[in-house]
Amino acid sequence: MAGIPVHEWTLLDAARAVREREVSSRELTRALLERIDRMNPRINAYITILPEQAMRDAAARDEELAAGGARGPLHGVPVALKDIFCTKGIRTTCGSRILHDFDPPYDATVTGKIREAGAVLLGKQNMDEFAMGSSTETSWFGPARNPWAADRIPGGSSGGTAAAVAAGTCFAGVGTDTGGSIRQPASLCGVVGVKPTYGRVSRYGMIAFASSLDQGGPIARTVPDAAVVLGVIAGPDRRDSTSVDVPVPDYLAATGRSVKGMRVGLPREYFAGGLDASVRTAVEKALEALVSLGAEGVEISLPHTEYALSTYYIIGPAEASSNLARYDGVRYGYRSEGAKGLIEMMSRTRGEAFGAEVKRRIMIGTYALSAGYYEAYYGKAQKVRTLLRQDFQEAFAGVDVILTPTAPTPAFRIGEKVDDPLTMYLSDIYTIPCNLAGIPGISVPCGMSPDGLPIGAQLLGRHFDEEAILAAAAAIEREIPLPRVAPEEG
Amino acid sequence: MEFEAVIGLEVHAQLATESKIFCACSTGFGAPPNENTCPVCTGMPGVLPVLNRKAVEFAIRTAVATSCRVQNRSVFARKNYFYPDLPKAYQISQYELPLAVSGHIDIERNGTTRRIGITRIHLEEDAGKLVHAGAFAGAQTSLADLNRCSVPLMEIVSEPDIRTPEEGGAYLRRLRDILVYLEVCDGNMEEGSFRCDANVSVRPRGQKEFGTKAELKNMNSFRNVEKALEHEIRRQIEVIEDGGAVVQETRLWDADAGVTVPMRGKEEAHDYRYFPDPDLLPLHIDEAWVEELRKTIPELPGEKIARLASRYGIPRYDAELLSSSRLLADFFEAAADAFGGNPKVTANECIQWKDAIVAGRMSPETIAHVVEDRETGTISATASKTLVEAAIGTGKPVRQIRDEKGLTQISDAGALEAIVDKVIAGNPKEVESYRAGKTGLLSFFVGQIMKETRGKANPRMVQEVLKAKLG
Repeated sequence: MAGIPVHEWTLLDAARAVREREVSSRELTRALLERIDRMNPRINAYITILPEQAMRDAAARDEELAAGGARGPLHGVPVALKDIFCTKGIRTTCGSRILHDFDPPYDATVTGKIREAGAVLLGKQNMDEFAMGSSTETSWFGPARNPWAADRIPGGSSGGTAAAVAAGTCFAGVGTDTGGSIRQPASLCGVVGVKPTYGRVSRYGMIAFASSLDQGGPIARTVPDAAVVLGVIAGPDRRDSTSVDVPVPDYLAATGRSVKGMRVGLPREYFAGGLDASVRTAVEKALEALVSLGAEGVEISLPHTEYALSTYYIIGPAEASSNLARYDGVRYGYRSEGAKGLIEMMSRTRGEAFGAEVKRRIMIGTYALSAGYYEAYYGKAQKVRTLLRQDFQEAFAGVDVILTPTAPTPAFRIGEKVDDPLTMYLSDIYTIPCNLAGIPGISVPCGMSPDGLPIGAQLLGRHFDEEAILAAAAAIEREIPLPRVAPEEG
Repeated sequence: MEFEAVIGLEVHAQLATESKIFCACSTGFGAPPNENTCPVCTGMPGVLPVLNRKAVEFAIRTAVATSCRVQNRSVFARKNYFYPDLPKAYQISQYELPLAVSGHIDIERNGTTRRIGITRIHLEEDAGKLVHAGAFAGAQTSLADLNRCSVPLMEIVSEPDIRTPEEGGAYLRRLRDILVYLEVCDGNMEEGSFRCDANVSVRPRGQKEFGTKAELKNMNSFRNVEKALEHEIRRQIEVIEDGGAVVQETRLWDADAGVTVPMRGKEEAHDYRYFPDPDLLPLHIDEAWVEELRKTIPELPGEKIARLASRYGIPRYDAELLSSSRLLADFFEAAADAFGGNPKVTANECIQWKDAIVAGRMSPETIAHVVEDRETGTISATASKTLVEAAIGTGKPVRQIRDEKGLTQISDAGALEAIVDKVIAGNPKEVESYRAGKTGLLSFFVGQIMKETRGKANPRMVQEVLKAKLG
């Protein structure tokens, strides 16, 4: 890899180089910490950077290798986590003032798995507050910026992770996706993001937004890199009753699989109005790429698509209103000082430390669960959710994967939609149905807009068939070569 | 107008599992504050509950023992409210789909059987405990002890089938005995592991519709439940007779004053916003599991009382006392079977020595042997008590103690006659007076013989022999 700067290496190359002792984990880690120092002031992708700890961990990984033992596939490789995964003794904020000083007493399962696989943790990445947002503008720690164009949003809520990966500050990151929060920022930052099947990755220690929709997954610069990280974090967990005991296949191998004969569904509802012309063109290119390799495009219908957004904005806030009730200032996190009584202390704490978008969703969710409204809202939304799931089941009887745009437009400007929640919510219109159905999805770069902004294609698969979407995404990636690291001065 | 009360009882029983219902923390009582806690039961960000299989097993066994139908699918729901003793700000409970429904318990009162319906049995978690300022030296603020958080509770809700405080008491005692027999709850009401709330209303006898109910809380003993019910029924009747209307409210029993009083503070109508907990899958219980657990159900108090009464011919009341503890009843059976004599005497002894028996400080042979020895006249009733007391907690055979202490009575007719003859010969004047009609002197002769035998003579036989000899 002579001549290629470290920050542009793939994760697979970096892991191999460490394993074969061409480079030490310390050298890699130092290089990326320097890269963070250079890039982060511009993109604000990290809430917490861990230089000393990362160098210490890197040294330990080097010693382990010298003693003849590699921990796992990420041995010595510097990565980072969205600041939603609990890290024992390392501040975990969830992008909120209410947890601005919270040091978890335990590690999330994902954190533990990343460490067991040998990864070095560089830091905790910026995100929309409690993962509620599509632009990373709702973070208490200030908005993250798109490395391709610093006046634009990186997407959200895992915007910090996608921006950090695209800026070459880490080899991969783990984000979370409740309605598109991995795929949409991956698309807007020109990187790869996987939302696994619900139950594929443990949610233990991943701070809950909407429990029935949340799922952790990798963001990386290539499909094989994402596949390796997915293999590390996937698997059943006895601490998460909703994790599913399905064997973890060789995801990396799946990325080399041929797509010949693969049936690719194109839902007509996803190519209707509101879709940016450059996005449409790029996604059509992705289809052409698959067809050129022997896949077959099939037009399909997902008839309940138009109800997905409203269903999501009932179920998500309802669960969030309950999940976020624990932040009351009693045991940890921000507490409003000087309140006279208990109720006042709790109300002021929540009033002062939650941002507007979080409050909006708590109120929507509280209303939707209220006596007398439950059936009309939450009950109805659950029924529609079943219909949406059936849409996909029926579609997958005839196709192997479904190809759609990931987001309706390339990255928009910071501040453009922040005061218009409904427009903002529409950025997730193509990603939300996948969470409601619990199926896996991936976003893979497939083109650039005339303004030089990345565009992603989304592939959706059957429950626990991450292999099919990885295979198709890897094929698109090979056929449509695109730069994966943003230019220094975007 | 004659009134009738309509009572339904809600029992919260703490399950005797080793660990909490949604995490591995200990349920042990009396640990230092916040010692038995972990990220899960203290509601840290990101944690998830995992259901304790043992708690489900205990609830299924209770359901089977109370003839409930175990539902193939039940659902855990979140009950949302803010309080500092509830770290997640919601309690995980079961709401629309409880674990079991439609059962009953039979209680016997004055020779008749009453069937009290059970509406539902469900599982839920307990909350923590607040210690308020001034509760102990140095306490200036309210403090939360989360040891109890997520301790498993089973709620058992009766139908409004209870008509009198006595029936309420009988239902509660029987339910408690069943739970203790099943070893799913220690049944300790004072320590709060068996708690009861009551819904009470009154209506004119013969009326079908229910009256307005009040909910009673804070009753921490069986006796207090009965007293609180008595008071509340009388209060409601008085309200109606005075031309007023009963208000639907929660009232607290004040045991010292002997009255129920409206719960102080704001009567907020809570909207708990129940919804299925997305962190827990619906609980599926298959028939095979229920059947497997059915085999572990021991003989229950009702059956045991009936069987002891008929098999041993003891009074039903004795059978009830014996059956108040599974251990005591087993002990009685072992003692009665070891000795074929009158089980009524054995039963009396078991009831008398209940505490030592239940504490495991006595063997059934002790009772069997003293009862047999008394029946054969080998020992006296007084000696029997001395012997049992000496045997408690030692493990020493009671007959060995008897011989060591020389507590055997002289029940040998030949030996007694010789002593009687000697006493008669030694007291000619008294013999003369007795024969002249002063029969009250018999006790004098008995006393002399007891003195002569140092108390070891069988008093019944002494009397018989004396009477015969004095003629």
